[in-house]
Amino acid sequence: MNKRQFLKGLILFFPAGGLAGVLATTVRGKETGGADKKTEASGGKETKAQPNGSYDPGRHNYGMGIEIDKCIGCSRCVEACKTENNVPREPFFFRTWVERYVVTKDRDAVVESINVKSKISKEMLQDDSEVLRSFFVPKLCNQCANPPCVQVCPVGATFSTTDGVVLVDSNRCIGCRYCIQACPYSARYLNPVTKTADKCTFCYHRVVKGLLPACVEVCPTQARIFGDLKSKASRLVRLMRMNKIHVLKPSLNTDPKVYYAQLDGEVR
Amino acid sequence: MNPERIQDLFDLLGQVTGFIYPNEIEIHWGILIVVYPYVTGLVAGAFILASLVKVFKVKEVEPTYRLSLLTALAFLLVAPLPLLLHLGHPLRSYEIFLTPNLTSAMAMFGFVYAWYLMAVLLLELWFEYRRDLIVMARDSAFPMNWFYRALSLFSTDISEEAVAFDRKAIRAITIVGIPSAFLLHGYVGFIFGSVKANPWWSSVLMPIVFLMSAIVSGIALVVFLYMVLTAIRNEPINMRCLDTIVSYLFYAVIVDFSLEALDFIHRLYQSEESVKILGTLITNKLFMSLLVLQILLGMLIPLGILVVARAWKFNEDMRKLLYFASVILIQVGIFSTRWNVVIGGQLFSKSFRGLMGYKMEVMGIEGLLTALILLVMPFLILATMVRLLPTQKLDSTGAA
Repeated sequence: MNKRQFLKGLILFFPAGGLAGVLATTVRGKETGGADKKTEASGGKETKAQPNGSYDPGRHNYGMGIEIDKCIGCSRCVEACKTENNVPREPFFFRTWVERYVVTKDRDAVVESINVKSKISKEMLQDDSEVLRSFFVPKLCNQCANPPCVQVCPVGATFSTTDGVVLVDSNRCIGCRYCIQACPYSARYLNPVTKTADKCTFCYHRVVKGLLPACVEVCPTQARIFGDLKSKASRLVRLMRMNKIHVLKPSLNTDPKVYYAQLDGEVR
Repeated sequence: MNPERIQDLFDLLGQVTGFIYPNEIEIHWGILIVVYPYVTGLVAGAFILASLVKVFKVKEVEPTYRLSLLTALAFLLVAPLPLLLHLGHPLRSYEIFLTPNLTSAMAMFGFVYAWYLMAVLLLELWFEYRRDLIVMARDSAFPMNWFYRALSLFSTDISEEAVAFDRKAIRAITIVGIPSAFLLHGYVGFIFGSVKANPWWSSVLMPIVFLMSAIVSGIALVVFLYMVLTAIRNEPINMRCLDTIVSYLFYAVIVDFSLEALDFIHRLYQSEESVKILGTLITNKLFMSLLVLQILLGMLIPLGILVVARAWKFNEDMRKLLYFASVILIQVGIFSTRWNVVIGGQLFSKSFRGLMGYKMEVMGIEGLLTALILLVMPFLILATMVRLLPTQKLDSTGAA
């Protein structure tokens, strides 16, 4: 490469990089509502609202999509979540975790949570020829639209937000742990430091600023898709249009908002 | 963060069989939450025994009437303590009264408790003891005369009409009191029975089973206390009273046993998704506490003893011995029932794929020692009350 070619290359490279950056932020702006998009009645032109105080929860209803076939079980989501949300490091407290299912030929499923070192992992390392199929399932709070935890909280410390997220007010929680008993997905734990109930918030503090939840941000295969169910343009709605979708324990009528594509019937 | 507790959790990892969700290793409702329904059950049961006298006019049971009421009060005073001590933030407990979440079964605790304590038990006791308190205030020296006067709320009227009004009031309160006692304990059953996430708890029969076992344990406790109290005071036992109470106890045990059997058969026959894991739960984790302690020792053997005591014409001493043995076994059985519900319901994963273990603390605030203290406390309170207040009506001279 001579000098002339190098300079020509530079002239093309920088504007192209800038353009890609602009496109990326525009797409992300559509995904999360932190930077509210407002459609002007006249021109139908989208403008971003200022993040300072103009967030309108009424315009959003958040959910998460998970593509089972894309999850490689790297647990970066679990790490990112623990770091982002100050979740205790011990393997008994998780806002999100990943389960591994190995279905054998006699249709027995061997399951383990890959973030906890248990004795099962040795037992399940059996003859490969016996394995019918195997896959990973990331789990987290399902942010139910009909949440049993909110129903049972005696003091209203856990509540549903207008934008469809279930949160815990740690200044109000009395630590009775009824919500932990009521959650069918065991997505809650008692934070040993604050002595209050704790769980996934969809990284609400990030979402309202227009950022993605930490687990979604770090997922290398985009197995996790965060989005707004009220926005037809969101990737989540697209995922739900393009895939057969299942939720966990639908018979309990909790109306979960974590939607799984390619979910196996063995998963509970 | 308590490092010992964390170490315990690591130890519990080794007890896990099958798959459990990672947040499930910690058992959240421990021995204190076993004590809570046990104690409230005794309250409800003792009160219902007392109400037999006033509402259903079972005159034979009269000698235990006041003792039952005092027992109910002693246990009711302790009932909220296990709940309070198990909270992560006990100092915030007042929020349950100030900002209750109306859809929460647990939020109603404060109201049900306050209603039962204030509107039923204390009121009934006051009307029952008012005349005697006035008599005792008159007959005792300083400072006890002032103590009794204060307890009687400084009322002085012991005319025939006033006492007749007391009787009427007691009857009215008892009529309200029976559904209240049902509410108090049925409600505790509802707290568990309404958790749809947990198939071991989620049962419409749960409040009724709780209620019947409450009646069983309450009656058994009053029989026990009556026998101990007469022995301490060297008084003769009123055998007519004892036989009558025990026959009520016998029927209550039969109803309780039938309900629990119905629940069990229903689950087995319906054979839902959870039936396998619940089967392994019973055979692996609850074999001792459910099959041996609750069903065999706590129900079948005392039932057998009561059948024998009724069928054969034993003399009084033999009957007393049999009754005493059976009421103690029944207490063990009912405590195991509470254990199996509360702890048993947390020993299997909601994934229905595995079982966990429970390691009880001994010294900790949610540990065995606290539980024992809480179980002894009502007896101390009762001993004090029995010392201060006569368990039989005083005659006009002030003698019991």
